[in-house]
Amino acid sequence: MNTNNPLARMVAKIRNNSSPLGMIGLVIFAIIVLLAIFAPWIVPHNPFAIDATKRLIPPFWVEGGSTTYILGTDHVGRDILSRLIYGGRVSLLVGLFAVIISGAIGLLLGLLSGYLGGTWVDHVLMRIVDAILAIPTLLLVLVAVVVFEPGLMTLILVIGLTSWPQYTRLVRGEVLSVKEREYVQLAQTLGTSHTYLLSRHILPNVVSSFIVVATIGIASAILTESSLSFLGLGVQPPDITWGGMLNDGRNYIATSWWIATFPGLAITITVLAITFVGDWLRDALDPRLKTRRGWK
Amino acid sequence: MAFLKRSVLQIVPTLFILTLIVFGLVYVAGDPVSMMLPENATAEDRALLEEALGLNDPFFVQYLNYIKDLITGDFGNSLQYREPALQLVMERLPATLTLSLMAMGIAIIISIPLGIYAALKRNSFLDFIISGVSILGKAMPNYWIGIMLILFFAVMLPIFPVSGAETPIHFVLPSVTLGVALAAEMTRLIRGSVLEVLEQEFVQTARSKGQKEFIVVLRHVFLNSLIPVVTIVGIQFPQLIGGAIVVETVFSWPGVGRLLLFSIGASDMAVVQAIVFVIALITIVANLITDAVYRILDPQIKYK
Repeated sequence: MNTNNPLARMVAKIRNNSSPLGMIGLVIFAIIVLLAIFAPWIVPHNPFAIDATKRLIPPFWVEGGSTTYILGTDHVGRDILSRLIYGGRVSLLVGLFAVIISGAIGLLLGLLSGYLGGTWVDHVLMRIVDAILAIPTLLLVLVAVVVFEPGLMTLILVIGLTSWPQYTRLVRGEVLSVKEREYVQLAQTLGTSHTYLLSRHILPNVVSSFIVVATIGIASAILTESSLSFLGLGVQPPDITWGGMLNDGRNYIATSWWIATFPGLAITITVLAITFVGDWLRDALDPRLKTRRGWK
Repeated sequence: MAFLKRSVLQIVPTLFILTLIVFGLVYVAGDPVSMMLPENATAEDRALLEEALGLNDPFFVQYLNYIKDLITGDFGNSLQYREPALQLVMERLPATLTLSLMAMGIAIIISIPLGIYAALKRNSFLDFIISGVSILGKAMPNYWIGIMLILFFAVMLPIFPVSGAETPIHFVLPSVTLGVALAAEMTRLIRGSVLEVLEQEFVQTARSKGQKEFIVVLRHVFLNSLIPVVTIVGIQFPQLIGGAIVVETVFSWPGVGRLLLFSIGASDMAVVQAIVFVIALITIVANLITDAVYRILDPQIKYK
């Protein structure tokens, strides 16, 4: 194996550090992704079809339920299971693309800030990071959603554009410490170009902790998306979201608990699966982060 | 004194950027005029009002005027309530702060004993359970926890009320809901921090001197592991307030979160701005307090 290739080294590290929990997470996540992709061909019923005669049917194991609607129906007679399968689409799309946007911005600015550590560029960037981190992410996203029309694109952009500071801070710290290493110092004195130094010496050393944090970032983005949809400010009906389903079920909690319960479970399971994968990557790629974040 | 100077040096630029963000968003959102005028207003009415509000001035001038108003505490009037926006926010702030502080209290009460226990009995069955539950606690959306708590403790077992904030019993479900994620995060961190302290020399020394395990844990391990916990509490504060916005909706809590959603729905930008600003200010102050407490805790305990 070519051990000089940082990517190959990373894959090898992940392989060598097997984790049962991580594997379970990966499998569950893969299933959720496949369900979302193939939703139109898998769903047992039309998730949008309203049928007043089939309102509030409980799950099959509860009295009055039937195996036709395994997880029951909602307040307008739509099949919960079918809606759950569709709901994953929005969450996964937002989670993935929001992290691509915030990760790209965060990585770039972090490299810049760390590489120019101590200069005015670094100071200005860090003050901006401080200012954004002082506002709760959800608050920032809420305000931004109002300014632009709520919808899938807005959600991805807004979550992506508001959650980069954490990556910037992480990458900057890593760059600062890598810069102190002897071989980088040596390369610098030898007059190696900035691009070469950044791409060959600094970036490969920063990438593993970045990937770990970005993985967990997908989970946070999904939680933010579902909160917004729950508040009615996310992707709008008739598009299906887990947060939106939860909001529908809220008013029926006293009589029909299943409407709000299952979407919450879906969110929790998705976030858990991603967390397991993230923890696995962390243990394999960046054991230092482990102690820093509390696990030993 | 040095601390004070450093704090001011940090706060001022942060506040400056904050005002730019908040003002910028509202500038882009624009068109308060059509909100304020009746449907049948003429183009001249519009022009007059725009001129009166200074909306025709360049961005820079508008921004400076905005800052001037901010310094005097004037966030403008709410379109909905026809009251000063800041006053509206201040009226509702105590409810949100109480909720957040109660949640934090619950998180501290749960996480300290669990975190210490899990670390002391590392890799035991209970450690496994505690660690597992804390991962779960972070994965569940807080509004869902709220709804499930309502299902279990208000519907199935009618113990607690589901909405309002009149009596102490009203606080139970909302603050538990808000506190779960924080408790989970803190348990994880305290466990890690205690494990680190346990490995340090002075703990071994204290043990080898024959001190009782209980004393060792309390005096050396517990106090030292508190230091990182203080930082975490500070870091988590903005997320806690953010969580409060959603939890308030679930429990119809009369706080800033509900005011925010209501104002967003009505495009009442003066109130929205005031809320963002006040919450950010609270976060900054909380971070400063954290920093100060950290400084007080650290040298004293470390070199005892």
